[in-house]
Amino acid sequence: MAETEVLMAGFGGQGMLLSGKLLAYAAMKKGMEVSWLPSYGPEMRGGTANVTVCIAEKAVASPYITFPRALLVMNQPSLEKFAPKVKPGGLIVVNRSLVPIDADRPDCTVIYIPANEVAKEAGTARAANLVMLGVYVGWSDVVDEETTIKMIEKQFASKAKFIPANVAAFKKGYEEGVKARGDAK
Amino acid sequence: MARVLMKGNEAIGEAAIRAGCLHFFGYPITPQSEVPEYLAKRLPELGGQYVQAESEVAASNMIYGSAGVGIRVLTTSSSPGISLMAEGISYIAACELPVVIVNIMRSGPGLGGILPAQSDYLQATKGMAHGDFHLIVLAPSSVQEAVDMVILAFELAEKYRNPTMVIGDGMIGQMMEPVEFPDQEIGPPLDPGDWALTGCKGREKRIVNSLYLDPEECNQQNIRLEKKWEKITKAEQRWEEYKCDKPYDLLICAFGMVSRICKTAIDSLSEEGYRIGLFRPMTVNPFPYDACAKLVKKSKRVLDVEMNMGQMIQDVRLAAEGSKPIEFFGKAGGVVPSPDEVIDEIRKVMKKAGIKKPKKKTSPKKKIGTAAKKKTSKKTAKKSAAKSSGSPKRSKIRRKR
Repeated sequence: MAETEVLMAGFGGQGMLLSGKLLAYAAMKKGMEVSWLPSYGPEMRGGTANVTVCIAEKAVASPYITFPRALLVMNQPSLEKFAPKVKPGGLIVVNRSLVPIDADRPDCTVIYIPANEVAKEAGTARAANLVMLGVYVGWSDVVDEETTIKMIEKQFASKAKFIPANVAAFKKGYEEGVKARGDAK
Repeated sequence: MARVLMKGNEAIGEAAIRAGCLHFFGYPITPQSEVPEYLAKRLPELGGQYVQAESEVAASNMIYGSAGVGIRVLTTSSSPGISLMAEGISYIAACELPVVIVNIMRSGPGLGGILPAQSDYLQATKGMAHGDFHLIVLAPSSVQEAVDMVILAFELAEKYRNPTMVIGDGMIGQMMEPVEFPDQEIGPPLDPGDWALTGCKGREKRIVNSLYLDPEECNQQNIRLEKKWEKITKAEQRWEEYKCDKPYDLLICAFGMVSRICKTAIDSLSEEGYRIGLFRPMTVNPFPYDACAKLVKKSKRVLDVEMNMGQMIQDVRLAAEGSKPIEFFGKAGGVVPSPDEVIDEIRKVMKKAGIKKPKKKTSPKKKIGTAAKKKTSKKTAKKSAAKSSGSPKRSKIRRKR
């Protein structure tokens, strides 16, 4: 893997910026170069929010990317806006709990997952963002499961009671991602 | 020290502390508010002072007073706020006080918008405020460089007793990247030298003042400032040359974040066989005219890319002295030019200039998004494939000696 870019998008408050941060932390831990560039605009809670994470072995050139290799979406407007921009052969992960439409990208791997329900089973519906992250980590070989879990534990260190549910949500997503990768092969 | 993942604005705040700056005066404005937010928490913990002024005008006078008594001081703001500070900055330059000002630029004119821009280049390098004076201006292109340049800014400000500015766009302030800080947790305090107002008991009194009613005295003051600037111009030019060590047809000039967008475009087109170099001034004032001129000379054409309507291009033109046509591509208002748009623009400029890629086999095309347009050369390849993306990035950071 020379370099990759992931765009994570949803409504503000859904935690996609945090998912991106965890991915960036995990990749950095593995000794890679990373950039985490959020959309920042005159937006508020409930508005759209997205972040682009670039991961590379050498210095990241442009952190501003219009055509990412992977897209994780938590809402319909983001899917409509960004799905056409994913690079051919890339990955699209759609939160089926919140996005009723399909991604019209036969040239990409598209994974639909009811992230909210999966997260609820894991212990908290609020960890849907970690289910999404899990799917990506499971599908790609950018970072490994253990490192990412360590980053989740670190992130929630001051709120330790939330760690088990969040890690469980991530793991469930991870399994789905691994399964999807197996199916593709 | 281990690398940490940090937002540009917070890293700037931490860099100031590492440089030994424990005093901050400012006023919040997007997209730099995380700097005051970070320092509001940290400085009181460290025994420093954080003051949220009633306005930027007041903040600029607070840093004026603070530096006047020999205390290392920082202010940060964004475009409209910097304009409000202009008056104070002119006074500070007149009194030759070492302050560091960070401008995380947003779009303008007027209130403009809160999204990234490079629209204050001319303000920072040419026309900050009234009177004859120059700011030293540094332009980082990454969070790490923002940290290094804030620390360097304090060094230069104190070495020359000259206000020094760091200009970054909103992206640098908002994005997170891994950074490494110097080991020292807090730098040593500022040396008050023979100029700071430290209480004149037992010594001759000192005066910090910018008013000279005697014209000849004021003339001498201007001459002194200009001589100092000549010294700075000779000693402090810094720039980066990217892929300029081999022959190139097109030279791209860009500063700050935009240079990285251009690097992605250059890397992509290099894989197709095009020969493109990049010149990036790291000190935009003093601008490395000679270095730029040398690189321009070796190119067939120059493309200047900025996040504004064309500001640094004036300096590139001065450097080129009419020797080459200089093309411009820019976006403003908070719109960031994407690598693909830069690629399209490069193709357009090359076509217009009649520049074709040299005839040799290249590694497979690396697409960035939209399908790359087929290029004219259909000659069969003779040489084996050029090294693809695995080749080392040929970047050189230089400093005038």
